[in-house]
Amino acid sequence: MPIAKMTSSVLKILGKKPSTRAYPFYKRPAFKDARGKIVIDIPLCIYCGICMRRCPANAIFTNIKEKVWTIDHFRCVNCKLCVDVCPKKCLSMESDQALPSTTRLGPEPSLKK
Amino acid sequence: MGKQTIIPFGPQHPVLPEPIHLDLVCEDEKVVDVIPKIGFIHRGLEKLIEKKEFTDFVHIADRVCGICSFIHGMTYCMAIEGVMNIEVPPRAQYLRVIWSEFSRIHSHLLWLGLTADAFGFENLFMATWRIREHILDIIEETTGGRVIFGASKIGGTRRDISNDKLKDILKELEGIEAQIRECSEVFLKDSSVKSRLVGVGVLTKEDAYKLGAVGPMLRASGHDYDVRMSPYAAYQELDFVPVVENSCDSYGRCVVRIKELYQSCRLIEKAVAKIPEGAIETKIVGFPKGEYFARSEQPRGEVVYYVKGDGTKMLKRFRVRTPTFANLPPLLKVLTGCQLADVPILVLTIDPCISCTER
Ligand code: SF4
Ligand code: SF4
Repeated sequence: MPIAKMTSSVLKILGKKPSTRAYPFYKRPAFKDARGKIVIDIPLCIYCGICMRRCPANAIFTNIKEKVWTIDHFRCVNCKLCVDVCPKKCLSMESDQALPSTTRLGPEPSLKK
Repeated sequence: MGKQTIIPFGPQHPVLPEPIHLDLVCEDEKVVDVIPKIGFIHRGLEKLIEKKEFTDFVHIADRVCGICSFIHGMTYCMAIEGVMNIEVPPRAQYLRVIWSEFSRIHSHLLWLGLTADAFGFENLFMATWRIREHILDIIEETTGGRVIFGASKIGGTRRDISNDKLKDILKELEGIEAQIRECSEVFLKDSSVKSRLVGVGVLTKEDAYKLGAVGPMLRASGHDYDVRMSPYAAYQELDFVPVVENSCDSYGRCVVRIKELYQSCRLIEKAVAKIPEGAIETKIVGFPKGEYFARSEQPRGEVVYYVKGDGTKMLKRFRVRTPTFANLPPLLKVLTGCQLADVPILVLTIDPCISCTER
């Protein structure tokens, strides 16, 4: 009987927890090694510009003369290529995503010298 | 003959997130002719090959499509490996099969959900996408990305899956399969679903062949053609047999996709049972010189990659023939003569992915 089957499904579902998470009160922890956000250990960087040239999204800007390294997190497509190619291994990828923002920030200003 | 009216459909349409525009020439409720138009989201990715090194272009190939991303990246790698005669280690071949099949499962579940949404069955849509979320979690855990895997690399794969993890995946997959079974019952048996699919959009066996249909569209019209039958990745070692249906209608395409879900689960099981130990990538030396066509089977059908290198680190030419492009002529064929209300569901049955068609 379809009605009986439906009623039993409805009762089963009523007793269950919701299938969705109550975001933003509960955030699922990121998986280990998930590609989230590029971070730099700036003292190690030699501003060689390899990451800028190789980045498929042109998200990184470096300048060796003025010692500038900036990244636009909204341009970055999280491919992790820059981490692989950096000769000084000063880039790394956090597993948490870059935070949303109400403005389009452009390059991360804190890293400009 | 009644008065003819042209009804524009798309590129923005409530049931169809894909930016395709169709001018539907209607007589009353009947569609008598269709004029398609694409080109709304051309991104020029093929041209970009001249600016980015061939090794880095894998990441761009990965982003040609947002759903079958891994298979795009993998096929690009296969094309370059073909030019440069690179031997891919067996473990990487098996990992490629496992990830390809996961992307097939998630793509087909996405399609089932969208179809349910198109015929107005919201609950079913949410139920299938809930299952899909488990698959996406497995993918994110093993590759680092939810839909853009970023796991392909020329000469192998970028990441490995540990044997313990593979066993865990199998266990999870069992639970997921049970859920899929529950949902697919509704697609296959429910009378309201059947009334929207059975006998709608018939593409005869001859037409499917003549118009060059690919993927589930072709297999639902009775042709046993699947690129996974030809040797690539590790498919030749997994006794692959394509799913074929003879009903030639939308219901048949739905059945093919549902059966392929189970088939993908079986393929993953077999691949996990057979996966050898060893390296996951071969080092590449030199630059590609020559040209090559690589083909693989995506959830939507056959994709063809063409690359041409001249011995420098930038390729000369790169071209993709995506399955949706091949499926457009059959789509126009099934649309002609259909009822206006069936248009969204018919466009959906080819599982259109316009973003990768236009690149
Ligand atoms: S590649 Fe590394 S060292 Fe060179 S500029 Fe980029 S972050 Fe700095
Ligand atoms: S992760 Fe990729 S897109 Fe992002 S900055 Fe690095 S190379 Fe560029």
